[in-house]
Amino acid sequence: MAADLTRRSAADLATALQAGEVSSVEVTQAHLDRIAAVDPLVHAFLYVSAEQALDTARRVDARRAAGEDLHPLAGVPVAVKDVVVTKGIPSTAGSRILEGWIPPYDATLVERLKAAGMPILGKTNMDEFAMGSSTEHSAYGNTHNPWDLDRIPGGSGGGSAAAVAAFEAPLAIGTDTGGSIRQPAAVTGTVGTKPTYGGVSRYGLIAMASSLDQAGPVTRTVFDAAMLHAVIGGHDPRDSTSLSDPLPDLVGAARLGATGDLTGLRIGVVHELNGEGYQSGVRARFDEALDLLRGAGATVVEVGCPSFTSALAAYYLIMPSEASSNLARFDGMRFGLRVEPVDGPVTAERVMAATRGAGFGDEVKRRVILGTYALSAGYYDAYYGSAQKVRTLIQRDFAAAFAQADVLVSPTAPTTAFKLGEKLDDPMAMYLNDVATIPANLAGVPGISVPAGLDAGLPVGFQVLAPARADDRLYRVGAALEALLEAQWGAPLLTQAPELEVTR
Amino acid sequence: MSTISREEVARLAGLARIDLSDSELTRLAGELDVIVQAVAQVSAVATDDVPATSHPLPLTNVMRPDVVTDPLPVADAVAAAPAAEGDRFAVPQILEED
Repeated sequence: MAADLTRRSAADLATALQAGEVSSVEVTQAHLDRIAAVDPLVHAFLYVSAEQALDTARRVDARRAAGEDLHPLAGVPVAVKDVVVTKGIPSTAGSRILEGWIPPYDATLVERLKAAGMPILGKTNMDEFAMGSSTEHSAYGNTHNPWDLDRIPGGSGGGSAAAVAAFEAPLAIGTDTGGSIRQPAAVTGTVGTKPTYGGVSRYGLIAMASSLDQAGPVTRTVFDAAMLHAVIGGHDPRDSTSLSDPLPDLVGAARLGATGDLTGLRIGVVHELNGEGYQSGVRARFDEALDLLRGAGATVVEVGCPSFTSALAAYYLIMPSEASSNLARFDGMRFGLRVEPVDGPVTAERVMAATRGAGFGDEVKRRVILGTYALSAGYYDAYYGSAQKVRTLIQRDFAAAFAQADVLVSPTAPTTAFKLGEKLDDPMAMYLNDVATIPANLAGVPGISVPAGLDAGLPVGFQVLAPARADDRLYRVGAALEALLEAQWGAPLLTQAPELEVTR
Repeated sequence: MSTISREEVARLAGLARIDLSDSELTRLAGELDVIVQAVAQVSAVATDDVPATSHPLPLTNVMRPDVVTDPLPVADAVAAAPAAEGDRFAVPQILEED
């Protein structure tokens, strides 16, 4: 029974909870047991908040027993990426500089999870301050891909993706600045959505690049992603960049898509996000998925987005520039680590430099210094200023492409999961993992990654992009593709993942 | 485009208030040089007639009702400080003088 519970989708668990077939305490305990059994191998979690989760579960069970009208997902547990602040639960963003920090408040999205009655299982591992594509830049050790423990789970949200892929949580929260939800989803055979910029509140996210950061759902099914997105999304007056528009009907779109009928839908294949640099097996799965969508009634056209070839370059100027500014708050004065200089006067400025030298890891130092360079006198116009212009060109490319197509598609990542350590010594090679996901962040448009099959036993992701505020299209197309592929496979892709050895 | 020397990295680290070891300075100089050469292509495509975009979905005049709300309690704010005295953050001396 307990093992079965962890294999079920969030939607199935919600139905069983509503029908009284199972209690939230049973569901939550089953996932805590699974974490205890497999997380020594996977290391998806930095902190497991078992007591708080069970306490929430007990209260939901009591309210349900009393006949209260609860949110459909009430009692379904969720894991939260460690970059999202959680009151009373340590939040480190994968950094030594925040080791042991216990936030005095909840992020808005955490408040919404709690208001829905969803037990929080714990905090998931990530690249330090979300800077990375492999979760190897965490200060607290690697997360391992459940498909092959010697391989990366993607990043920065490798912990959230691995947690749902390893059945340690039915749902998780991620954040996506350049692909940190979608690329981990692709390489772990899971589903991940980056909502429209401003669609989910950034209040309580430890900021990396404020004009790019966006939180979203990490799940095993498209329908679950739509449900979780609906819980956390919507306007928040505490985030001045939060969109005031009501969310589209995301769950309804997923339900419609699952019928597998896409008659009349126009799909644009982005010419620049395919071909050279993309693994042949990744391209093969992508082409097969396109054929299925065509068979479901969609029209497929090729669209050109010539400025996308400069997106990676623009991103690696804009993101470090914003990060160098945002991370100035880690000064050793009000929270987190404080280190005094070994010798010389103990002044605030020298304490700050010593604290940051000791508390930041290699990738964070690299990006803060790169950002400082891009913003410094004499280089600002050539680098940061030019990158902002490229951002305009990318937005124009999207506008032109969306005039020809309702959604755009590409492989989510150019390769399947690589070996741990393989790209650690070559930052540029690591950055190239995000080549297909970055344009969406620069333009603020939403994107989803859906499993498209395997190449040599490792998952491949299919990315769908939609115009800003049209997140519902992601769920319609994503759910259709999922239904068509699962009809071929006979079961969800994750049933093909190797069973993890359970430690007891 | 210019190359990034070890001395330049040391200057930037000073601006960014990050102490770096000698080996970090040497390694970063090499890495940043590769990265900067890769990203420098942006200046070639960004011509004068293209306006800059700083925000993906610009919003203007974001307002909220002028209503008093509870701030974070002071005790909660200082609870996680490396050092505090009463309801204040305790910090090192600011200026480098006796």
